[in-house]
Amino acid sequence: MYSDKLAVIGDKDIVLAFKAAGMDVFAASNASQAEEILKKQAKNYCVIFITEDLAVNMAETLDKYKRKAYPTVIPIPSSSGSTGLGMAGIKADVERAVGTDILFNKED
Amino acid sequence: MAERLNVNPTRMELRNLKRRLATAVKGHKMLKDKSDEMVRRFVELAKENRRLRREVEEELAEALRGFALARSCCEDYVIEEALAMPSKRIRVQADAGNVMSVVVPDMKIKEEEEGEAFPYSFAQVTAQLDESIATVTKLSAKLVQLAAVEKTCNMLAIEIEKNRRRVNALEYVMIPQTEETIRYITMKLDENERSATVRLMKVKNMIEDK
Repeated sequence: MYSDKLAVIGDKDIVLAFKAAGMDVFAASNASQAEEILKKQAKNYCVIFITEDLAVNMAETLDKYKRKAYPTVIPIPSSSGSTGLGMAGIKADVERAVGTDILFNKED
Repeated sequence: MAERLNVNPTRMELRNLKRRLATAVKGHKMLKDKSDEMVRRFVELAKENRRLRREVEEELAEALRGFALARSCCEDYVIEEALAMPSKRIRVQADAGNVMSVVVPDMKIKEEEEGEAFPYSFAQVTAQLDESIATVTKLSAKLVQLAAVEKTCNMLAIEIEKNRRRVNALEYVMIPQTEETIRYITMKLDENERSATVRLMKVKNMIEDK
């Protein structure tokens, strides 16, 4: 019923690492390229990972994919380490659901 | 003061409104309960999400740093050639789960017969590459888990927000308006009754005076 494949969209130097692990990879050097790939491939994969350096400029597009169960589009850190985008996403979710960040504001 | 609904002050309308008020109050209570339960589950999931993400981010960043290093040690084409034909594929068992009647993704890595872990010969590339690829492979199960949890959190947050709007609409608009209209109709009907009584008394007096 749903696709059973994983995909990674990211910088071409990075995505090769995922290719060896058995995922399908798409190289994109900027956000608009990544958006295009995402739009084309959304139906073919159940999870699409996007590196944070690209995802940071695609907030609107990513928002669209949050409403349906599949495909799941998730930001992952790139080689330069985490930019905190993923954590910010969780924080935004909590704020959306509870009204204020009651869970995580004590730490970090 | 809530605004009154634009209806005729009749008994039939009153009866309809009373019924509607009862439904609204019951619905409001149920939606509020639903909201409480969703928030409870959401908080659990959000904590899980955060834990997973922290682990994945740390390990993945480490692995990718190693990968970048390995790339810089060799010629580009050597690495590209080494990884051009992956020896195995990851398959995911993707189903639809259900959290408080929100359809959420439910994903698991399918067990698959082990292919070669490394699709290249060790003679060509550095050991860092082995290590980073081994880590990424190991991490893929966790990545899929993170994806499922994070998506569930996303969808639950959206649903909670929607549900809260419904609860508020009932609590602050629908219920007060209906109550106000019921009060208005009751008063109007009582007033009519009183005026009818007075009129009858007056008529009776006039007949007796004759």
